[in-house]
Amino acid sequence: MAQAQAQTTHAETQAHGGAHEDVGFPPFATETYGGQLLWLVITFAVLYTLMSKLVLPRLSGIIENRRSMIARDLDEAAAMKTRAEEAGATYEKALAEAKGRAQALAQETRAKLAAESDARRKALEADLNKRLAESEATIAARKAEAMGHVRGIARDTASAIIERLTGKAPAPQTVESALDQINA
Amino acid sequence: MASPIEQFQIKPIIPAINFTNSSLFMVGAVAVIVGGFMLATRKRAVVPGRGQSIAEILHDFVAGTLTDATGREGMKFFPLVFSLFMFVFTANLLGMIPGFFTVTSHIIVTFALAMLVIGTVVVYGLVKHGVHFFGLFVPSGVPSWLLPFIIVIEVISFLSRPISLSLRLFANMLAGHIALKVFGGFVVALLGAGGALTILAPLPLIMAVALMALEFLVAALQAYVFTVLTCIYLNDALHPGH
Repeated sequence: MAQAQAQTTHAETQAHGGAHEDVGFPPFATETYGGQLLWLVITFAVLYTLMSKLVLPRLSGIIENRRSMIARDLDEAAAMKTRAEEAGATYEKALAEAKGRAQALAQETRAKLAAESDARRKALEADLNKRLAESEATIAARKAEAMGHVRGIARDTASAIIERLTGKAPAPQTVESALDQINA
Repeated sequence: MASPIEQFQIKPIIPAINFTNSSLFMVGAVAVIVGGFMLATRKRAVVPGRGQSIAEILHDFVAGTLTDATGREGMKFFPLVFSLFMFVFTANLLGMIPGFFTVTSHIIVTFALAMLVIGTVVVYGLVKHGVHFFGLFVPSGVPSWLLPFIIVIEVISFLSRPISLSLRLFANMLAGHIALKVFGGFVVALLGAGGALTILAPLPLIMAVALMALEFLVAALQAYVFTVLTCIYLNDALHPGH
């Protein structure tokens, strides 16, 4: 009877409208615990399963994939850098070699040219000396020749002077002997 | 006017399977988490878009928290820790939407989650280390005459962990939502009072807006605190003995 009374009161309170119904303190309403736990277990089990089987493998797959890709790219870049450095070293070596060769070539050419011009100069000098000697010989010959002519001129001149002075040409032997006397 | 605690009431939706508004938001949280992650990572892009960035940041954040506390071997608990963090975080944030039910504002839910953590610690610790696991209660370098007291204190501290872990989250969510509701109620009451009081109505409204921002912070922070403590407790299971 009392219970029925209580139920009626409860029903009346509810009929009053939700505003002031006696809700107690919901978090401590133990009769709701069973249902909450049931659904928490169901939903959390589903969440855990989906997370560990579906979401996380996918997510960590993406992250791992990126990490390995970056690592691979970095390795590649490092390899390329090494190769570039090697190429640089080879180039430097080739350059040094070429420089050395060029220097040697230049030296050689310079020496050759110097020798050539030296030889040419010597030939020219020899030629000039020869021509100088020839010229000197010619001059000496001409001089001797001219000196030979002097006696003739002196004889002729002396004959002419005597002819003018005496009116008669002296005997050639007299002039010759006089010239011999002067020369002696 | 509705009472500030009416928002925490469990209302049946399908009584036959005990499906209530709480169940609905648990299912909703799981759907939002899994759906969100699947949607965000659908492209599996090497250069992530916005959604994928958020997913990866959450992943790295929780993974960082876990490895900071437990080291690399703690990563075997990552699915559990990540699920816990995402569940609490999403449930807290869903609760911030006006009219939505906050799953984590019920002590039974937070206590069950805390027991899951402590249960994992105890079971894993015992399976992995056997009796050595109880070294957890015996700190090294303590004088022998002090040991009995220390052991008692350590045991009490261990047993209080699930309580503090669950109460912290529960109380934060409950108090925040009550405060919001109370200030919201003030606005309505002042508007209804008429006259000069009506002019004062914006004041509690400003307060409610400020509280809303604070509650968003609390919602995220408490999920983080729950996760950090979970990681620290898991570390005890992995490395018992101080």
